[in-house]
Amino acid sequence: MRFAFTDEQEQFRSALRRFLEDKSPTTEVRRLMETEDGCDRDVWRQLSGELGLTAIHIPESYGGQGFGIVELGIALEEMGRALLCAPYFASTVLAATAILNAGTEDEKRALLPDIAAGETVATLAIAEENGLWNADGVAATATPSNGNFRIDGTKSFVLDGHTADRIVVAARAPGSSGDDGLSLFIVAADAKGLTRTPLQTLDPTRKLARLEFKSVPAELMGEAGGAAGPIARTLDIAAIALANEMVGGAEKLRESAMDYAGMRMQFGRPIASFQSMKHKAADMLVDVELAKTAAYYAAEAADENDPELPALASLAKARASEAYMQMAIHTIQIHGGIGFTWDNDTHLWFKRAKSSEVFLGDPAYHRELMMQRWNV
Amino acid sequence: MSEFDEQTVRAEARAWLEENWDPERGLLEWRNKLVDSGWGMPAWPKDWHGRGLPAAMAPVVEEEFQRIGAIGVARMGIRMLAALTLLEHGSDMHKEKFLRRILTGEDTWCQLFSEPGCGSDLAGATTKAELKGNKWIINGQKVWTTSAHKAHYGLLLARTDWDVPKHKGLTYFILDMKQPGVDVYPLRQMNGYASFNQVFLSDAEIAPEFMVGETGDGWKVATTTLMNERRNADSLRRYAQPSDKPDRIYAEEREEIATVMEPYKWYPQRAGRVDLIIERARETGRFADPVVRQEIAELLILSRTAEWTARRARAAMALGRPPGAEGSLGKLIASHVARKSAAVHTRISGADAMLAGTDAPMDGTISEIFISVPACSIAGGTDEIQRNIISERVLKMPKEPRTDTDRPFREVPRNAIS
Repeated sequence: MRFAFTDEQEQFRSALRRFLEDKSPTTEVRRLMETEDGCDRDVWRQLSGELGLTAIHIPESYGGQGFGIVELGIALEEMGRALLCAPYFASTVLAATAILNAGTEDEKRALLPDIAAGETVATLAIAEENGLWNADGVAATATPSNGNFRIDGTKSFVLDGHTADRIVVAARAPGSSGDDGLSLFIVAADAKGLTRTPLQTLDPTRKLARLEFKSVPAELMGEAGGAAGPIARTLDIAAIALANEMVGGAEKLRESAMDYAGMRMQFGRPIASFQSMKHKAADMLVDVELAKTAAYYAAEAADENDPELPALASLAKARASEAYMQMAIHTIQIHGGIGFTWDNDTHLWFKRAKSSEVFLGDPAYHRELMMQRWNV
Repeated sequence: MSEFDEQTVRAEARAWLEENWDPERGLLEWRNKLVDSGWGMPAWPKDWHGRGLPAAMAPVVEEEFQRIGAIGVARMGIRMLAALTLLEHGSDMHKEKFLRRILTGEDTWCQLFSEPGCGSDLAGATTKAELKGNKWIINGQKVWTTSAHKAHYGLLLARTDWDVPKHKGLTYFILDMKQPGVDVYPLRQMNGYASFNQVFLSDAEIAPEFMVGETGDGWKVATTTLMNERRNADSLRRYAQPSDKPDRIYAEEREEIATVMEPYKWYPQRAGRVDLIIERARETGRFADPVVRQEIAELLILSRTAEWTARRARAAMALGRPPGAEGSLGKLIASHVARKSAAVHTRISGADAMLAGTDAPMDGTISEIFISVPACSIAGGTDEIQRNIISERVLKMPKEPRTDTDRPFREVPRNAIS
């Protein structure tokens, strides 16, 4: 049912929230964000092994759990709330979804079980230095060579690109443009000619890398020249997943702002008793609830194969991005002076809010996309 | 099987309707039959024109009415609020005298709560009721009174004691509107319509037996009315669907609906008319403007997520879960939608936004949207009051200290003109 979670889904959420509260407190977030790979291997093992989260939306026939995008969305909402530092979005959301959408049966059987088990960390490289997550943004070329391909070009903003074991790369036939000639390739992390450089990021909890390809050997995945559809579908699912991650962070910020306003005494009373705070709080609640609605609705639409899915994905991405950023701005403001200190945790989500707003396309981009997709 | 079993109720209702429903009957005659049988308000007590069925059975009976196109009791306007308030707090005499004629549609009611000096702060009413001899004498002014010029009776909140705190000095009365001390004038709004009235009360009289509850109980009784108002906010629309069938009873009902709905003609415009946005953007050619497209997209996202958020609230209710935060936000979100829609509509219109009436786009509908929308965030609880309600009841934030509730109302600062 599209407007309510089932009891099982609510239980899954509660269990995951307890796990993440235990494993990803902000002390851990702060420790891991200073590291280059930004991930605790033990937590990753538990998360993929005991909890099976890395396998959540992968079908059972490929070693997955066989759940849907709604369950994936719940996992991400909780991870966004906890600011979990891990290559989950890169591997399970981006790479696994791309393989599911583009790969042949044999390729799915070969590639997905390791990702599902968390033993292989994969990522997806689409955007380049132009920062476009669409077919037009892909300039890297794939040239046939001895029955396989060699990739030339530069990918940027690649999530966990410097640490992933395997990279799914979008590249095009030389001379092609737009949707034509687009293919997806599998590149090993240690492939010859591949230079991986971690980028300095505004949001240290979300690791990005630039990948330079100089005649890098690559294996074609799926149909040569037929990747435009699978890429678009993958980006839609990723946008929905990110929207769910964002509403988790937004709700956490909202709650922390409320907690602080309830505790902070000024002029002899809690600042939460001032109407200026209460009205802001009411507006924040409206904002975050509308964003949750959009994120949940789009996730359900993905599971139901709703023909409106592409428009709904963009709708959810735009709505959640705006709400998250607003929540972060208000939460710092409500905290007053302490709100912009390093020791206060709010800036961790503030930075994540901005990186999430821009990643996969900003709200204005997605609003325009939504209009085109609705063809209204 | 209990007598409240759904199938039993459905079968009984169906049998009774098949026996009695006749579209060539007059509306009044039919409704009297409904009142006599209890099928008009099946969840009301048996003693008072109902059948004592559980509330959950009312929709079952309703479905049986709809199945054969049978008309129900009169439910539009303020009358149901009056009926439910009297049912809970009224004396047997009140119920005897008023309930039947409310349900048959013979009597029309209005609500005399708001005053020029108190809108959001309803408990600050200063309309005065003084007991002189064996009559209550009423003096003061009420406002925003829908249908006051047609109403036979008014639900009146008036102050009977100025030396106790504000909520304790109010008393609830039934006012006979057809008397010399009651003067009704239309209140013209900025959009040109006059859907409400101002009611001036100058030595209007009320016999003591038309007090509802005791003296000083007024706020408690008014709360019942207001809670029902909130609960039944959508019932006006629900029951106002006229049938186009030719039979006598439908013709009479069409006339009734037209009269009741007359003040609400501009209400769709007040909500912003998001439904017209795309059509307007296309016909004006503004659809190609990327800035306008962004604004339209923002509006569509807002309006669709608003609709889905309301459905989330209903889904939670249907599953028997406690209502989440999403259930209390609708009124405030509706204001956002309306305001945004009005802004986008006028942007799409360009210079034509300066025009009105038949010179303006869609024969003035667009300009009517712009000048009707401001009411949306004020009527029925301002956005500011909604935010107070959300922050205090949903978010449990502390109330602001008040200076008006713990001292005699006489000493509370009030508007110079009230």
